[in-house]
Amino acid sequence: MTAVLAPPAKQRNTIVCDGNEAAAWAVALARVEMVAVYPITPQSSLVEYLAKFVADGTLDAEIVDAEGEHSVLSVLQGAALAGARTYTATCGPGLAFMFEPYLRQPGLRLPMVMSIVTRDTLTPQSVWGGHQDAMSVREVGWIQMYCETVQEVLDTVIMGYRIAEHRDVMLPVNVCHDGNYLSFGATRVDLPAQSDVDAFLGKPSVNWHAALDPSRPMAVDPLTGGAGGPGPRTFVKYRKGHCAGMQNALSVITEAHADWERHTGRKHSPLVESYRMDNAEAAIVTIGSMSGAGKDAVDEARARGVPIGLVKVKTYRPFPSDAIVGALAGVQAVGVIDRSVSFGWNCGPLYQDVAGALGRAGVQVPSMSFIGGLAGADLTTDHFGRVIERVLKLAKDGRSGPTVWINEND
Amino acid sequence: MKRQSHPFFDTTDVPDDLCPIAVKPNPMLPGEWRSMKPIVDRAKCVKCAVCWLYCPVQCVVEKRAWFDIDYATCKGCGICAKECPQRAIVMVEEAA
Repeated sequence: MTAVLAPPAKQRNTIVCDGNEAAAWAVALARVEMVAVYPITPQSSLVEYLAKFVADGTLDAEIVDAEGEHSVLSVLQGAALAGARTYTATCGPGLAFMFEPYLRQPGLRLPMVMSIVTRDTLTPQSVWGGHQDAMSVREVGWIQMYCETVQEVLDTVIMGYRIAEHRDVMLPVNVCHDGNYLSFGATRVDLPAQSDVDAFLGKPSVNWHAALDPSRPMAVDPLTGGAGGPGPRTFVKYRKGHCAGMQNALSVITEAHADWERHTGRKHSPLVESYRMDNAEAAIVTIGSMSGAGKDAVDEARARGVPIGLVKVKTYRPFPSDAIVGALAGVQAVGVIDRSVSFGWNCGPLYQDVAGALGRAGVQVPSMSFIGGLAGADLTTDHFGRVIERVLKLAKDGRSGPTVWINEND
Repeated sequence: MKRQSHPFFDTTDVPDDLCPIAVKPNPMLPGEWRSMKPIVDRAKCVKCAVCWLYCPVQCVVEKRAWFDIDYATCKGCGICAKECPQRAIVMVEEAA
């Protein structure tokens, strides 16, 4: 069989690279003005690419090699308050060390994009992939999007700026790509034309509301709240504003993906993707790079006539409840596969969210939590085959069971 | 407050539920809550300006033959007294 590529509408610029290099290309194409970095496995090569791009002129930005992640994000908050489009990337222990300014960033309503090259958290000591770091900060108030492919990493980092800088959103965006599997997995990647990215993003406008600017004197983030005077209602006003920005992001993310498709011809599902869900009697829910193996397993099952489908979550924060409920409406059983652990609930965090969304919508459907791919463990089509078997059994007898640890016997 | 080169930021077009900012100075000055107060002994002061250099809030004022303190903005930190080479500044408690 001869593979026929669609004739390119414009000059096609195709490279082979891994997810870390793809993110760095996206930063260059988005014309980021300031990056601050501190290396940490498996993100290190990403910041090395950034340093190289700044050195060779591909990326016209200031780069700060800070002494640690706490300084990295603090430096970028200053840069953003001075009006710059900013970027950094971290993961695992680096994200933990960044936590104090990480908490402050969304409250300042400062747009930026930060890649989390996801890594399982300590302890046990591990340098390999897993979503535990990104999932542990899911309630800080950043937007979180999880990528499935290297191409999606590049496209989503660029789209992240459009979403973050939208006046109805004004929030920082985490673009999460799986450590090892996406960070170091090299594939073919199409680079969009610079003119398309420029038209898609426009000029950055990130400090119109709060600024470090001698011509606009102001104090940023003064003491707010307390029990007296206007304190309580003032604090609530900012919290509600933050929640409103998060909810506004759902439609802004959808619009950005649609517009990206118009500019580049590449389509990614913005919130959730329904894969072979037509007439599905049961569904598995996935997130991140595992979705590829999950789809292959669904294809194999469908080829045998098994009515199974897959729903992939791309946007995890804000949680797309309506889209999830819509995608899962009508199935008899749901199995959710997480690459991280919710210690408080003895299940996966994505499972918690899916069960919560279905429950709040009044949808009664038996569901189960599956946890796998921790600390670099592979999730294969065989694993997904066994998950699908268990979910089909659940659809038949309606009897849910405790959380299944997929790699328990590997 | 008295001298200002730019007007404060006009927040009319900024939603008031975004980032907390303050565009009006708080009228309360440190002199209202200071507990210790620096006193300059004019006989000892040689105008070396060490206090003027070290003061973190720039409240040391130059007079003809000595340096003095602007008690409206001095917060009573005592750095000037500690650093003065002539021991010309002493910290005394504010009256209750």
